[in-house]
Amino acid sequence: MRSPGTTSPTAGPEPGAALREALRYALRTPTVGPLTALAVAVLVFSLTTDTFMTPGNLSLVLQQTIVIGTLALGQSLIILTAGIDLANGAITVLGTIVMAKLVFEGGNPAAALLLGLVVATLLGLVNGLLVARLGLPPFIVTLGALSVVYATSRLYSDSRSYPVTSDLLDFWGHGVHLGGVLVTWGTFLLLGLYAYFWYVLGKTGWGRHIYAVGNAPESARLTGINVRRTILSVYVVAGLLYGIAAWQALGRIPNADPNAYQTANLESITAVVIGGTSLFGGRGSVVGTLIGALIVNVLRSGLTQAGIDSLYQDVATGTLVVVAVGVDKVLRRGDTR
Amino acid sequence: MAHHHTVRRHSRPRRPRQGAVLLVVGTLLLASACGGGQDSAEDGGTRKVTIGLVTKTETNPFFVTMRKAAADAAEKNGAELIALAGRFDGDNEGQVAAMESLIARDVQGILITPSNTTGVLGAIAEARRQGILVIALDSATDPEDAVDATYATDNVKAGRLQGAYVRTALADRPPELIMLDGTEGSSVSQQRHDGFLDGFGIKDDSPAIRGRANTNGDRNLAQTATENLLQRTTDVNSVYTINEPVADGASAAIAARGLTRQVTIGTIDGGCDGVRAVRAGKYAATVMQFPVRMAEQGVDAVTEFVESGKEPSGFTDTGTELITDKPVRGLASHDTDWGLQRCWG
Repeated sequence: MRSPGTTSPTAGPEPGAALREALRYALRTPTVGPLTALAVAVLVFSLTTDTFMTPGNLSLVLQQTIVIGTLALGQSLIILTAGIDLANGAITVLGTIVMAKLVFEGGNPAAALLLGLVVATLLGLVNGLLVARLGLPPFIVTLGALSVVYATSRLYSDSRSYPVTSDLLDFWGHGVHLGGVLVTWGTFLLLGLYAYFWYVLGKTGWGRHIYAVGNAPESARLTGINVRRTILSVYVVAGLLYGIAAWQALGRIPNADPNAYQTANLESITAVVIGGTSLFGGRGSVVGTLIGALIVNVLRSGLTQAGIDSLYQDVATGTLVVVAVGVDKVLRRGDTR
Repeated sequence: MAHHHTVRRHSRPRRPRQGAVLLVVGTLLLASACGGGQDSAEDGGTRKVTIGLVTKTETNPFFVTMRKAAADAAEKNGAELIALAGRFDGDNEGQVAAMESLIARDVQGILITPSNTTGVLGAIAEARRQGILVIALDSATDPEDAVDATYATDNVKAGRLQGAYVRTALADRPPELIMLDGTEGSSVSQQRHDGFLDGFGIKDDSPAIRGRANTNGDRNLAQTATENLLQRTTDVNSVYTINEPVADGASAAIAARGLTRQVTIGTIDGGCDGVRAVRAGKYAATVMQFPVRMAEQGVDAVTEFVESGKEPSGFTDTGTELITDKPVRGLASHDTDWGLQRCWG
């Protein structure tokens, strides 16, 4: 029997162990890193400018996030299956052109809207079929789609832009005034979409299948998951989201321009990556993506208000992307150890 | 008869079907690749005048207008036009490739809207070495005599006109200016920017400049930049914009802050959407440029060169006109009715 006075070397609370454990936990929870980065950015800009932390400005940052945020949501789903989508901006642009041109030429706004959504969803279906059925690499499929869809937009629009006059088409740009600040319907839609997909990914079979397929497709297949159908469904859902993004884009800027959103594909990937979702698939969360998209716009807004050249905004965003991928890589290495 | 249609094949062999899809796609791609190779430059004994046009992009309405005008002028002169373009504004490599392809096709003259003042100088020198007349449209090269002649908007002058108008419209209010530039390093951006400040009567380091941003000439980026700049200060009464899409984005952001009445926005282009926006009061004035004149004069010059050997030279200003429905004292301008009859795009 041991006397009460003696202690074994391991029993006592080792100094710093709790902290290390907390750090370990934080690193393994994908949204902690992005959330910290967002908090730091907001804090810095709140302290360095008197204009950043105002309700009006925060409302603006949200409005600036809506289109890319929706695109990044579709991009997240695809990246979770270890895919990538380079064509999402192009699909959105074609959606805006279809909607605005038909109304401009006297068409029924509801029919134009529906057709725009259908076109975007069908393009998602085509990409999905090529990836899931023919087994072509997503990078190649969507790279091809990027050219084809942009060219189609330009051909269909005669390279001109179409103003939007329909109340239905620019709906998401309007909203309610809460305490003197405009909160657009588009903001509510964006938050609603994220909440919905957060639920779907975490709580439904389809969501679990997406993670499983992205993590290890062969294991997923062996456990009875229809891998092809899961991947196909993700591209179709993403296509629909890009159609919704097109509708939101017409609310943000009531003018459909065939040259718009040329870098949206990269911006959406940026948001996903900064949000902590792994480019290798199977790991991450859409909440992280929303935070990632917000970080990009907080940086742009804050740095502009601080009077810093727009080129430094690109430097800051690019650095964050590399850091985020670096963190992911380190975590992966930890997994295989 | 009807029975045949209702027969269902129960076992669908998957592999051959995928093979068939690939075969069809492959054949289509091959067919389209072969179809593009025809050359129609030779026309019996007498060779038609062939003129190449290289624009910055194929998509900007300005260049679409220019290409159409060049095609019409070529048809009128009995010449053939081969129109090529870079893939985006600043695509020097794409423009060089287009030049090389035109040289290989043995054209007699090349009209080029250089993306960059120096980016295509090598290809231009090679074309001229082979006896091809090269004319710059829309923007000059550096040095200007790297080409035989230039037909373009004098962008410094256009900016000066824009600046003078906006400053005069302010009357005695001290200037509080936001500058929405184009692309960092682009010569047109720099010339318009400098011209504007000159016409506006302040220097680049003046405290009257309350904020500035690069917009790449993009409506979306312009709106976002203006929103963010207006968060910094709403003490703004004047806005410089590089072109009309940027003016559109800026006016949307300004309207959303309820500042439309206190802010005068000036811009440059003269597209029909832009002139309509001036008429609607979204911005006060635009400086119209004339892409059709550039294209027509360029095509005529090449035709004349081939037929009579007369070589054009120097910089020809194809003109700028101030379009506004709120004229100011001391500056000649036209109203939007005049503008709508002559606008492009």
